[in-house]
Amino acid sequence: MNEIIGYSFIVIGMLFDIFGCLGLLRLPDVYNRLQATTKCVTLGTCGILFGTLVIKGFSGTGIKAILCILFLILTSPVSAHALSRGAHISGVKLWDKSVCDKYEEDRSVHSS
Amino acid sequence: MMKMLSKYKYLRWFLGLLVITSALVFITAFGFSSLLEWQSPFLSHCFFVLMICFSLCLFRIMRGPTPADRAVAVDTLGILIVGFCAILSIPTGRDWYLDIAIAWALQSFIGALALAKYLEGRGFDE
Repeated sequence: MNEIIGYSFIVIGMLFDIFGCLGLLRLPDVYNRLQATTKCVTLGTCGILFGTLVIKGFSGTGIKAILCILFLILTSPVSAHALSRGAHISGVKLWDKSVCDKYEEDRSVHSS
Repeated sequence: MMKMLSKYKYLRWFLGLLVITSALVFITAFGFSSLLEWQSPFLSHCFFVLMICFSLCLFRIMRGPTPADRAVAVDTLGILIVGFCAILSIPTGRDWYLDIAIAWALQSFIGALALAKYLEGRGFDE
Protein backbone atom coordinates (compact mmCIF):
# COMPACT_ATOMS: atom_id res chain seq x y z
CA MET A 1 0.00 0.00 0.00
CA ASN A 2 2.86 2.36 0.86
CA GLU A 3 4.51 1.61 -2.45
CA ILE A 4 1.37 2.39 -4.47
CA ILE A 5 0.95 5.79 -2.77
CA GLY A 6 4.63 6.60 -3.17
CA TYR A 7 4.75 5.64 -6.84
CA SER A 8 1.65 7.74 -7.53
CA PHE A 9 3.39 10.73 -5.89
CA ILE A 10 6.42 10.09 -8.07
CA VAL A 11 4.28 9.95 -11.23
CA ILE A 12 2.62 13.27 -10.30
CA GLY A 13 6.07 14.79 -9.78
CA MET A 14 7.26 13.55 -13.17
CA LEU A 15 4.18 15.11 -14.81
CA PHE A 16 5.01 18.45 -13.17
CA ASP A 17 8.58 18.12 -14.44
CA ILE A 18 7.41 17.55 -18.01
CA PHE A 19 5.02 20.52 -17.88
CA GLY A 20 7.72 22.77 -16.45
CA CYS A 21 10.16 21.85 -19.20
CA LEU A 22 7.45 22.35 -21.85
CA GLY A 23 6.86 25.81 -20.41
CA LEU A 24 10.61 26.45 -20.58
CA LEU A 25 10.51 25.53 -24.26
CA ARG A 26 7.29 27.26 -25.34
CA LEU A 27 6.71 30.48 -23.39
CA PRO A 28 7.77 33.74 -25.08
CA ASP A 29 9.73 35.58 -22.38
CA VAL A 30 12.43 35.12 -19.75
CA TYR A 31 10.07 35.98 -16.89
CA ASN A 32 7.28 33.69 -18.13
CA ARG A 33 9.78 30.86 -18.53
CA LEU A 34 11.14 31.48 -15.04
CA GLN A 35 7.65 31.39 -13.57
CA ALA A 36 6.78 28.10 -15.28
CA THR A 37 10.03 26.31 -14.45
CA THR A 38 10.30 27.50 -10.85
CA LYS A 39 6.84 26.46 -9.76
CA CYS A 40 6.56 23.27 -11.74
CA VAL A 41 10.06 21.90 -11.32
CA THR A 42 10.24 22.67 -7.62
CA LEU A 43 6.85 21.08 -6.97
CA GLY A 44 7.76 18.12 -9.19
CA THR A 45 11.08 17.46 -7.50
CA CYS A 46 9.51 17.86 -4.06
CA GLY A 47 6.83 15.37 -5.14
CA ILE A 48 9.48 12.85 -6.19
CA LEU A 49 11.31 13.27 -2.88
CA PHE A 50 8.04 12.93 -0.94
CA GLY A 51 7.31 9.71 -2.83
CA THR A 52 10.74 8.43 -1.81
CA LEU A 53 9.91 9.32 1.81
CA VAL A 54 6.58 7.45 1.64
CA ILE A 55 8.15 4.34 0.11
CA LYS A 56 11.18 4.15 2.40
CA GLY A 57 9.51 5.24 5.65
CA PHE A 58 11.43 7.01 8.41
CA SER A 59 14.76 5.30 7.80
CA GLY A 60 17.98 7.11 6.96
CA THR A 61 16.83 7.61 3.38
CA GLY A 62 13.54 9.18 4.51
CA ILE A 63 15.27 11.63 6.84
CA LYS A 64 17.60 12.69 4.04
CA ALA A 65 14.58 13.16 1.75
CA ILE A 66 12.95 15.45 4.36
CA LEU A 67 16.17 17.47 4.61
CA CYS A 68 16.35 17.78 0.82
CA ILE A 69 12.68 18.91 0.61
CA LEU A 70 13.26 21.59 3.27
CA PHE A 71 16.40 22.80 1.54
CA LEU A 72 14.71 23.01 -1.88
CA ILE A 73 11.67 24.86 -0.49
CA LEU A 74 13.95 27.35 1.26
CA THR A 75 16.40 28.01 -1.57
CA SER A 76 14.52 27.74 -4.85
CA PRO A 77 12.40 30.96 -4.55
CA VAL A 78 15.51 32.89 -3.49
CA SER A 79 17.48 31.82 -6.54
CA ALA A 80 14.50 32.47 -8.84
CA HIS A 81 14.05 35.96 -7.43
CA ALA A 82 17.75 36.71 -7.80
CA LEU A 83 17.74 35.46 -11.41
CA SER A 84 14.72 37.54 -12.40
CA ARG A 85 16.19 40.64 -10.74
CA GLY A 86 19.48 40.10 -12.53
CA ALA A 87 17.69 39.64 -15.85
CA HIS A 88 15.71 42.87 -15.33
CA ILE A 89 18.80 44.86 -14.40
CA SER A 90 20.80 43.48 -17.33
CA GLY A 91 18.17 44.95 -19.66
CA VAL A 92 16.11 42.04 -20.96
CA LYS A 93 12.94 43.41 -22.55
CA LEU A 94 9.52 42.17 -21.52
CA TRP A 95 7.24 40.49 -24.03
CA ASP A 96 5.45 43.06 -26.19
CA LYS A 97 2.00 41.96 -24.99
CA SER A 98 2.90 42.36 -21.30
CA VAL A 99 0.59 44.65 -19.38
CA CYS A 100 2.59 46.40 -16.65
CA ASP A 101 6.09 46.55 -15.18
CA LYS A 102 6.02 47.66 -11.55
CA TYR A 103 9.71 47.06 -10.88
CA GLU A 104 10.72 49.49 -13.64
CA GLU A 105 8.51 52.18 -12.08
CA ASP A 106 10.08 51.55 -8.66
CA ARG A 107 13.58 51.80 -10.05
CA SER A 108 12.83 55.02 -11.95
CA VAL A 109 11.30 56.58 -8.81
CA HIS A 110 14.26 55.64 -6.62
CA SER A 111 16.93 56.69 -9.09
CA SER A 112 15.40 60.12 -9.82
CA MET B 1 35.63 36.64 -40.05
CA MET B 2 32.09 36.01 -38.81
CA LYS B 3 31.61 33.33 -41.44
CA MET B 4 34.70 31.47 -40.29
CA LEU B 5 33.60 31.78 -36.66
CA SER B 6 30.18 30.31 -37.43
CA LYS B 7 31.80 27.48 -39.39
CA TYR B 8 34.05 26.62 -36.44
CA LYS B 9 31.02 26.80 -34.17
CA TYR B 10 29.20 24.14 -36.18
CA LEU B 11 32.40 22.05 -36.21
CA ARG B 12 32.55 22.26 -32.41
CA TRP B 13 28.90 21.22 -32.07
CA PHE B 14 29.53 18.28 -34.40
CA LEU B 15 32.57 17.15 -32.39
CA GLY B 16 30.66 17.35 -29.11
CA LEU B 17 27.74 15.32 -30.45
CA LEU B 18 30.19 12.75 -31.86
CA VAL B 19 31.90 12.35 -28.47
CA ILE B 20 28.57 11.99 -26.62
CA THR B 21 27.16 9.39 -29.06
CA SER B 22 30.41 7.40 -29.03
CA ALA B 23 30.35 7.36 -25.20
CA LEU B 24 26.73 6.15 -25.21
CA VAL B 25 27.52 3.43 -27.78
CA PHE B 26 30.53 2.35 -25.72
CA ILE B 27 28.44 2.09 -22.54
CA THR B 28 25.63 0.12 -24.18
CA ALA B 29 27.86 -2.18 -26.25
CA PHE B 30 30.59 -3.03 -23.73
CA GLY B 31 28.21 -2.26 -20.90
CA PHE B 32 29.24 -1.93 -17.32
CA SER B 33 27.45 -4.76 -15.57
CA SER B 34 27.08 -2.70 -12.40
CA LEU B 35 24.96 -0.23 -14.37
CA LEU B 36 22.80 -2.93 -15.92
CA GLU B 37 21.99 -4.90 -12.78
CA TRP B 38 20.31 -1.91 -11.15
CA GLN B 39 17.67 -1.55 -13.79
CA SER B 40 13.99 -2.06 -13.08
CA PRO B 41 11.04 -1.29 -15.44
CA PHE B 42 9.98 1.69 -13.33
CA LEU B 43 13.50 3.09 -13.35
CA SER B 44 13.79 2.76 -17.12
CA HIS B 45 10.48 4.56 -17.73
CA CYS B 46 11.48 7.39 -15.38
CA PHE B 47 14.85 7.53 -17.10
CA PHE B 48 13.18 8.09 -20.50
CA VAL B 49 10.87 10.80 -19.16
CA LEU B 50 13.72 12.65 -17.46
CA MET B 51 15.84 12.33 -20.60
CA ILE B 52 13.07 14.16 -22.51
CA CYS B 53 13.13 16.91 -19.86
CA PHE B 54 16.93 17.14 -20.04
CA SER B 55 16.85 17.44 -23.83
CA LEU B 56 14.27 20.26 -23.65
CA CYS B 57 16.49 22.14 -21.16
CA LEU B 58 19.55 21.55 -23.35
CA PHE B 59 17.67 22.90 -26.36
CA ARG B 60 16.88 26.07 -24.42
CA ILE B 61 20.54 26.36 -23.37
CA MET B 62 21.62 25.89 -26.99
CA ARG B 63 19.46 28.62 -28.53
CA GLY B 64 18.33 30.93 -25.77
CA PRO B 65 18.22 34.46 -27.20
CA THR B 66 19.61 36.09 -24.04
CA PRO B 67 22.07 34.96 -21.33
CA ALA B 68 19.25 35.08 -18.75
CA ASP B 69 17.47 32.26 -20.59
CA ARG B 70 20.57 30.12 -20.34
CA ALA B 71 20.94 30.84 -16.63
CA VAL B 72 17.31 29.82 -16.02
CA ALA B 73 17.78 26.62 -18.00
CA VAL B 74 20.95 25.70 -16.07
CA ASP B 75 19.11 26.21 -12.77
CA THR B 76 16.26 23.98 -13.99
CA LEU B 77 18.75 21.30 -15.04
CA GLY B 78 20.26 21.22 -11.55
CA ILE B 79 16.88 20.73 -9.89
CA LEU B 80 16.01 17.94 -12.38
CA ILE B 81 19.23 16.12 -11.48
CA VAL B 82 18.20 16.23 -7.79
CA GLY B 83 14.95 14.45 -8.70
CA PHE B 84 16.83 11.91 -10.79
CA CYS B 85 19.11 11.06 -7.85
CA ALA B 86 16.04 10.58 -5.65
CA ILE B 87 14.47 8.20 -8.18
CA LEU B 88 17.73 6.27 -8.53
CA SER B 89 17.87 5.64 -4.78
CA ILE B 90 14.60 3.65 -4.73
CA PRO B 91 15.34 0.44 -6.73
CA THR B 92 19.00 0.29 -5.70
CA GLY B 93 18.35 0.81 -1.99
CA ARG B 94 21.49 2.85 -1.44
CA ASP B 95 21.02 6.02 0.53
CA TRP B 96 24.12 7.90 -0.53
CA TYR B 97 22.31 8.98 -3.68
CA LEU B 98 20.36 11.41 -1.50
CA ASP B 99 23.65 12.76 -0.16
CA ILE B 100 24.54 13.51 -3.77
CA ALA B 101 21.11 15.14 -4.19
CA ILE B 102 21.56 17.45 -1.20
CA ALA B 103 25.07 18.43 -2.29
CA TRP B 104 23.86 19.08 -5.85
CA ALA B 105 20.98 21.27 -4.60
CA LEU B 106 23.46 23.36 -2.57
CA GLN B 107 25.80 23.69 -5.54
CA SER B 108 22.93 24.65 -7.87
CA PHE B 109 21.74 27.33 -5.43
CA ILE B 110 25.19 28.90 -5.14
CA GLY B 111 25.65 28.72 -8.91
CA ALA B 112 22.32 30.45 -9.51
CA LEU B 113 23.23 33.25 -7.10
CA ALA B 114 26.61 33.71 -8.82
CA LEU B 115 24.94 33.82 -12.24
CA ALA B 116 22.44 36.41 -10.97
CA LYS B 117 25.29 38.58 -9.70
CA TYR B 118 27.01 38.25 -13.06
CA LEU B 119 23.80 39.29 -14.84
CA GLU B 120 23.48 42.37 -12.64
CA GLY B 121 26.92 43.43 -13.76
CA ARG B 122 28.52 43.43 -10.33
CA GLY B 123 31.74 41.82 -9.21
CA PHE B 124 31.75 38.69 -7.09
CA ASP B 125 33.19 40.41 -4.01
CA GLU B 126 30.81 43.36 -3.69
